[in-house]
Order: sequence, then structure tokens, then C-alpha cells
Amino acid sequence: MLKIEKLKVKVADKLVVDKVSLELNSGEIVALMGPNGSGKSSLAYTLAGHPHYQVLSGRLALDDRSLNELSPDERSQMGLFLAFQYPVVVEGVRYERFLWEAYQTRFAKAKPRAHKRIDSIIEFHDYLVNLTSQLEVNPKLIERSLNLGFSGGEKKKLEILQLLVLEPRYAVLDETDSGLDIDALQVVAHGVRLAVKKFSLGVLLITHYQRVLDYLKPDRVLIMKSGKIVASGGKELVKRLEKEGYKEL
Amino acid sequence: MRFTQKKTSPAADKLISDVYEPGFSFATDGYTFVSKPGISEEVVKTISRLKEEPDWMLKLRLKAYKHFINSPMPTWGPDLSEIEFDKIHYYLKPTDKLVDSWDQVPDEVKETFERLKVPEAERAVLAGLKAQYDSEVVYGSLGSMLKEQGVVFLSMDEGLKQYPELVKEYFSKLVSFADNKFAALNTAVWSGGSFLYVPKGIEVKLPLQTYFRINSPNAGQFERTLIIVDEGAKVHYIEGCTAPNFSSHSLHAAVVEVFVKKGARCQYTTVQNWYKNVYNLVTKRSRVETEGEMIWTDFNMGSRVTMKYPGFVLAGKGAKGEMLSMALAGKGQHQDTGSKAIHLAPYTTSSIVSKSISKGGGVASYRGLIQVGPEAIESQNTVVCDALLLDDQSRSNTYPVERVYNSQVKLQHEATVSKVGEEQLFYLMSRGIDEVSARKMIVSGFVADLVRKLPLEYAVEMNRLIDMEMEGSVG
Repeated sequence: MLKIEKLKVKVADKLVVDKVSLELNSGEIVALMGPNGSGKSSLAYTLAGHPHYQVLSGRLALDDRSLNELSPDERSQMGLFLAFQYPVVVEGVRYERFLWEAYQTRFAKAKPRAHKRIDSIIEFHDYLVNLTSQLEVNPKLIERSLNLGFSGGEKKKLEILQLLVLEPRYAVLDETDSGLDIDALQVVAHGVRLAVKKFSLGVLLITHYQRVLDYLKPDRVLIMKSGKIVASGGKELVKRLEKEGYKEL
Repeated sequence: MRFTQKKTSPAADKLISDVYEPGFSFATDGYTFVSKPGISEEVVKTISRLKEEPDWMLKLRLKAYKHFINSPMPTWGPDLSEIEFDKIHYYLKPTDKLVDSWDQVPDEVKETFERLKVPEAERAVLAGLKAQYDSEVVYGSLGSMLKEQGVVFLSMDEGLKQYPELVKEYFSKLVSFADNKFAALNTAVWSGGSFLYVPKGIEVKLPLQTYFRINSPNAGQFERTLIIVDEGAKVHYIEGCTAPNFSSHSLHAAVVEVFVKKGARCQYTTVQNWYKNVYNLVTKRSRVETEGEMIWTDFNMGSRVTMKYPGFVLAGKGAKGEMLSMALAGKGQHQDTGSKAIHLAPYTTSSIVSKSISKGGGVASYRGLIQVGPEAIESQNTVVCDALLLDDQSRSNTYPVERVYNSQVKLQHEATVSKVGEEQLFYLMSRGIDEVSARKMIVSGFVADLVRKLPLEYAVEMNRLIDMEMEGSVG
């Protein structure tokens, strides 16, 4: 279980997450919605361990092991994944080379659950090419610099490719659906469903749009406003949001 | 900024300085000749006498010596005030003669080059090799096919002996001793270096290399290189340099002159990895005739101060010059590098790409001069300077100068400075890659397009050196 207890977070002297508690189980999809600036992305960055986000109080834990003191790589190695809203460009670093290093680190000790462990970079290349075709994205991208010159949709799809390759236990998808056309959205949703099915991924789905929830049926919906969780419920909450907006919550 | 909440060990700084592999040295007891510390007219005369030089060379040396003595230290650029000219040995002759078999090289010298993997590279990838130890080239080889084709690859001293007229015609014609104080010093006390002549139409397919090794404490190494690539010929020349990890300073002041004739092509690659006690003050220039092409690929690691601005005089119509440089400045180091592009003829193009990495308070500067003469119509120049700062203490400077004397030219200048990238680090680390590996990845990615210009074996070695520099640079 990924557990957030009474979390308070400050960034540049501004309180951005205020006493948030949240539990996410394996195989579960929880949608986190809310207006711009409500603290959703701050929560995501804090979970992943971004150094700008200072935890004032509260606890983050993955399967009862505290994450608070861990660096981002250690959190990742424990099985946490953040799909970035704006994936970062690293010029000169080949996508597949980077992912191969991440893959080897991830499965240095742990065993992959959804596929047979890959030991050669050549096999790994073929594995990635196969995934790119499932995600309907140009296979040549994995031979290019990390996210350099990729379209918005390509970046997002490749975040999902990374998710499938690294088989995390829990993933935060930070507005992965933003800026995707309907075809790309379906492909991305398919990838996430695959991860839930194959390795019981727990998903915290941060989104602005109810549209994605048609493809990824959330088990619960949470609404965040001014750094706090202000409402939680099921699908009916989304319907209400659509009619009334965030104001009434 | 911190990614790791855990404390990093304070030994990190020590790690950087101790990681220098080529830091070993051997005693100088067996040297054939070691000049007393300091420079004088007598020292200059002695060098020339020991080398049995023609009179014109001695005269040139003495004129240059006067110029050196009379010219002030540069008032711009890095701090050179700690150079103690009186403590430097200006001429250190390790062996009696230059040989063409490693078996004939004295054991310690041979072991030095073996530990630096020089003979290994010679066997694997080179068409010819020179190995210089302090002041003299002690070993030389050249593939027999190239010899038959008329390629001349000698130490500069041998070159002067065997081809006095050719040397006289070109020597000091591109870099005058009056160019700068250190070019004057070099001209006065030069020893060793390479003389390379590639005849018309000959394409030397594998690279030729000279390896420069400083071995003595307080050594001055003043090699002189002259390269003539005749019409339509092609060559790739590589130089490598290392020095022991002495605490006293060494001085390396080289002069390199490259003549690229009509339709010829020369790539000159420097893979420099000095220990951080070396003052490396080098003047490099090439003259490129019609449709010729000169490419400088310059990798500057180590040294306390490097001042080096390889240039090209684009003298013939359609001549091309390209400069690709990388500099890495760590703690206590100042890399002041750049280029000079002088366009004298129409339709000439030049491109300068400079990448620098600064860390631990190091300073990396780009200093460039682009000059386009009145005849050089329809000429083009592009300058791209990218600087990567690994921490808040480090610095990067850019000093571009452009002088254009006609209106039909195209100049572009781009400069970027990026900090390693908190966001880049975070992104890579969020995929499970630790901070040191992530930094290495970002840095080698930053220089990847330059490293690709090296022959594969050198590219691998360069990446390894950069990786080693990055070890322990966290914190």
C-alpha cells in the first residue's frame, strides 16, 4: 500500500500540500482532480522526492517502509514511479541507453513480474520496439536523445512505455492525459490498464478532465483544493463536478 | 540543492584529486642532459648547439628569446602570476637518440608509455606514432606503405635535419615569435614535436599520433609542430598529453602550425589530460588554401590554466574551418579556450562549437575572434558556445569579438549556459538512477556530439576520463 499521512509540504515558503492523507492499494486506480494550483502536482513531486518540496510534517510510506528520508532513485527502486507532466529533455542521452540503465538498476535484485528478465541490450532494444508499436509511437524515438524534439503526445506515450518497462508497484500519472488527442488517450489508457492487469499497478491519476475516466475507470475519486483533499467519492462525484465545477466543493 | 538526504562523505574532494591515473613518474638520473633551472641566452645557445642546428635557427631562437624577455605577461585572461620561470628546466633530454623499436627505448620510458597504453593504441588504430618524453621525441614509427607514398613523419628536430629547406620555408611563418609571449618562449627553446608532410593526393586513412609526456618535476615542455598537407591530401593527426602529479608547477608552451593546401583536409585532434599543476599555454594556427578544410577537435581536461585558441586563416576561396572544443574545469582550474577564425577569401566558411563544463569552483571561458576581411565576400561563420555548470561555485564566461570588413557575410552566435539541470537530475533519478550516474549521464550527453568526432577507441577513453572526473563530484 502507498500511504500518505497528514502530509504538509512547503515549496519556496508557500504551503502547497496541507494535511493530506491518502491510501492507494495495489491494482487500484484513484483519480485526483482539482483546479489549477490546488497542489496536485506538488503532491506528485513530493512523493517522488523532488528536492524543492520540503516536507514539514507527515509521513510517506510504501508497504510500511517510510519514504521520507529516501532520495528519488531510492524511491524508484522501491517501486514508485512518476509519469511527468512535462518530461525533461536530456540532450545526447539516448532514450534506450538511459532506459537500459534504469532497467538494470530496477531489476538488479527484484524480479520482473510481467516479463522474463532481459539480459542483453539487443534483446532490450527489440522489447522496446515491440512496446512502441503497442503504444503506436515511432520506434526511432528510442534511438534519439531523451525527449529532445518529441511532440507532446510522443513524450507522454513514452512515459507510459517507461512505466511498462520498469514495472513499478505504484505510479503517479501527473496529467498524462493533458494535450492528448482521443487516439493517443486510448493508447495511453490501454497501457495503464495493461500495467494494472499484468503487475497490479496502483495508480494515482492526476487529471483535469473527466474524459480520461471513461477509459480508466477509477475505484475512487478525490478532489483537491488549496492543498487539501476536500471531497472523495465514486463516479457520481465526477458527474457533479461536471455540472457544478469546483466552486461548490 | 540536495537530492540525497544522506550525508555524502567529505572525502569527495580528495577523491577528485587522487583519481588522476597517469600521475606516476620516474627519476631523471639517467637523463642525457638536464639544463639548470632558469632561462638565459646561454640556455638557448646550448639547446641549439646540442641539436647541431643551422645558423638561421639559432638566430631565430635568439630573436625570439629577446622578444620573450621584453614582452610583458598577458594582462587579460587567467592568472599566470604563479609561474616561476626561474625554477623551470627548459631542456630535459632523456635519451641519446630517437629509436623506432620499443625494445630500444630505456625501460622506464617504455614502462611509462606502456602504462599510458600508447604502444597498444599504436598497434590497434594508428598509422604512425611519435612518443615525446619531456623535451625529446624518444620513439617514432610510420607504416611502411605511407613511407613509400612519400609521407614524412618525423620529430621536428629530425625534420629540420633532413628537410632543412622545407622547414625553413614554413617554420614560424604562421605563428611568428612576436605573436605572443609564449610563442616567443617556444620559438626560443623549442624541442621535439612533430614534422609531418603529406604529399599531393595522398590520403592517410588511419590517424597519426604524437604522445607528449612530461616526466620531470618543474619541467618545461616546448614542442614545436609543423604540418604540411599538400594539395588534395588528407590526414588526421592526434596528440595526447599527460603529466605526473607533482605539486610544483610545470609549463607546457607549444606552437603548432598547420598548412592545408588546395583541396586538402586536415583534422587535428588534441586529447589533453594534464595533471592540475600544468600551465598549458599553447598557440595553434592553420592556413587553409582554396577549397581546403581544417578541423580542430580539442579536448581539454586537467591543467591548472589552459590558454589555447586554435585558429584558422582561411586564405583561399571556399576554404573551410571547423573548431570543436570541449573543456572541463574543476577545482582550482581555469580553462580559457576558444578560437580565431580569420576569413581572407570569398566563400569561406567557419564553424566554432565550444562546450565547457565547470565544477567545484572551476572557471571555463570561451574567447573567440571572428575577423572577416574586405575580400571575404559571401563568407559565413557560426559560433555555438554551450556551458554546463555543475554547481553554484563554478563559472563560465564568454568573450566573443567580431570584426567584419564587408557587408556580404553571415555570422551567427549562440551561447547557452545551463546548470545541471536539477530537473534533469530529478528526472533521471526518479527512474532509479543514482545521483553520480545521473550526473555522468548528463555530462557525457552534453559532449556526446563532440566525442563522436573521435576515432572509436579515443571516444571510449574520453568518456571514461569524463566519468572519472565526475566521480566524487557530488555534494
